[in-house]
Amino acid sequence: MALNTASIRADFPILCRRVHGKPMVYLDSAATSHKPRPVIDAVTHYYEQINSNVHRGSYQLAVESTDALEEARKKVANFIGAGSDAEVVFAKNATEAINLVARTWGCANLSPGDPVVITELEHHANIVPWHMLAQENGINLRWIPIDTNGHLDLTNLDRLLDGAKLLSVAAVSNVLGTINPVAQLTEAAHDAGALMLVDASQHTPHLPTDVQEMGADFVAFTGHKMCGPTGIGVLWAKMELLEAIPPFLGGGEMILNVTKEGFSTADVPWKFEAGTPPIAEAVGLGAAVDYLTGLGMKQVRSHELSLVSYALNTLKERYGNHITIHGPQEPAERGGVLSFDYKGIHPHDVAQVLDRAGVCVRAGHHCAKPLMRVLGCGATSRASLYLYNNESDIDALADALADADAFFV
Amino acid sequence: MPDLEDLYREIILDHYRNPRNRGELECPPAVRAEGFNPLCGDEIIIYVDLDGDVINEIKFGGQGCSISQASASMMSSTVKGRTTAELANLDRAFKTLMSIEPEPAESEPNAPSHNEAQAKLETPAKLGDIEALKGVVKFPVRIKCATLCWHTLTQAIQQAQT
Repeated sequence: MALNTASIRADFPILCRRVHGKPMVYLDSAATSHKPRPVIDAVTHYYEQINSNVHRGSYQLAVESTDALEEARKKVANFIGAGSDAEVVFAKNATEAINLVARTWGCANLSPGDPVVITELEHHANIVPWHMLAQENGINLRWIPIDTNGHLDLTNLDRLLDGAKLLSVAAVSNVLGTINPVAQLTEAAHDAGALMLVDASQHTPHLPTDVQEMGADFVAFTGHKMCGPTGIGVLWAKMELLEAIPPFLGGGEMILNVTKEGFSTADVPWKFEAGTPPIAEAVGLGAAVDYLTGLGMKQVRSHELSLVSYALNTLKERYGNHITIHGPQEPAERGGVLSFDYKGIHPHDVAQVLDRAGVCVRAGHHCAKPLMRVLGCGATSRASLYLYNNESDIDALADALADADAFFV
Repeated sequence: MPDLEDLYREIILDHYRNPRNRGELECPPAVRAEGFNPLCGDEIIIYVDLDGDVINEIKFGGQGCSISQASASMMSSTVKGRTTAELANLDRAFKTLMSIEPEPAESEPNAPSHNEAQAKLETPAKLGDIEALKGVVKFPVRIKCATLCWHTLTQAIQQAQT
C-alpha cells in the first residue's frame, strides 16, 4: 500500500512552517530528518513523567527510566534484525559508533602496514577515523574507486582486499545516492579474511535494514536521520566481537568493579556506554522506530523510489543538458539523494536562490571531500527526499531553480 | 528576508563572470598560500610577489561561489601596487565592512596620532568597489565566503616576510 503523504505530513509539526513568507519545502533529510509528533511527545513525556538516571536506582522513577532506555534498545534491535538486544550499543551518532570500532577493535587488532579498505564515496565519518589510525598505528588505507555512473568499481576488489583486516563501506552514498551491494561486499571481505563495517546512516532511515542479511560484523547508523532526536546513534555488532574487544570510554556505567588497582568492565552493551547515556534521546529513537515500523519500511522505500523517479524525470525534462545529476541514473539503484549541477552555477549560489523560495537544499562538499575531488568539483547542490516529501516539493525545486538564471546566466 | 539583489550586486557578478588576476605566479620568487572554508569546501590559492614591502604582483586560483570569487577578484585589483602597511589598513577596513556591528559614524573623530604618517594609516582605507560586498553582512552564512581571500592573503604576506 502506498504511503498517505498528506496524513504523514500532518504528523510533522515543522512542515507547517513558512520560510521567507513561503511554505517551507524541506529537501535536506540526508542531513537530518524532521521529527514526527510521536517522537516529540515521547521525549517530552520522558522528561515530564520519568526523568531520572538509569541503572542502580532503586526508586520507582529510576526503574522506569532504566526500563525506558532498555525498551528503546529492544525496539532498535527488532528494527534491524539484531540477534539480541545486547548487540545494540548506543552512541552519540554514527561518527562516534565508527570511531568506537576504530579505537577499540582497530587499536587492539591492527598493526603497522595492515590494510583497511574503504571507498571513494565515503562520508568523512568513515574516512578520518582510519586516517587517524594510519597516523598513529601505521595502518595502510586502500580505496575502492567509483566508476563514471557513481557505482563502486569492483574490478580489482580481490586485489584490494588481499591481506585486508577490514572493509568499511557506506550502504548508501550521502552524495550520489548509490545503493552499494553490501551483502556481496561482506562476502568478499569475509573470503579475504577481513571484517566488514557498514555505515548505514543513509540506509536505515530509507530502506528495510536487516543486519543478518547484510552479514556484516559492525553496522553504524544515527538516530536523527530516521525521525529520531539528535545525540543518539547506534553501533550494532556481533556479540562475540563486542565481548572480545576492549572498552571505549572509561567512567561510570561501564564498570563491574573499580579498585585502587584497576577495574573490570560491565557486560555488553553497557561496557561501551560510559557515563549517563542519552536517555531521552534513546526513548525518542524508540518512538521513531515505532513510527517507521507503523508505516512499513518497504512502503517508505517504495514511496521514495517513485519520488526519485519523478524528480529525475522532472528535472531532466525541464532542464535537459543544463542540469547534471550525479550518481546512478536508474532510480532502483539509488536512494533519495539528488546531487546536481545546475548550469555551472556554484552550489552556494543555487542554495541561496532556492532559500528565497523557501526551498531548503544543502550546498557544499557534504563531508565527502575525496569524492568531490573524484567528481572534479568542489561542491554540489543536494536535494534529499524522505517519507514526508511529495511531488509538489519536487515541482517547487524545479520552479525555483530557474530563479538563479536572473543572476548567473 | 533581505533582497538577493543586495547580495548579488551587478559589480560583484561582473567580477565573478570576468575575474581579474586569476592565474598563477612562479614560486619562488612569489609565495603561495592556500585557504579553505571547511564548512562548504571553498578553496582559494593566493600567489603574491613582494618587491620590498610593495605588492608587485598578485594572482588567485581555486574554486568557490560567486561571493568568494568576486571578493578575491576585487581584493586583488585593489591591493596590487600597494604597500603591506596599506594592505593592513585595507584589511582592517574590510573586516569592519564585514562585521555585523555597525560601523562608527563618519563624524566620529579619529584617535590622536603620534605623527602624520601614522595618522594617514589610521584613517579608514577607501575600499572602492569592494564596498559592494557590504550586502553580504545581511547573509551571515556568506561572510566567510567574502573574507576567505583576505585571510589567505594575510597568510601569504606573512610567509613572504619570514
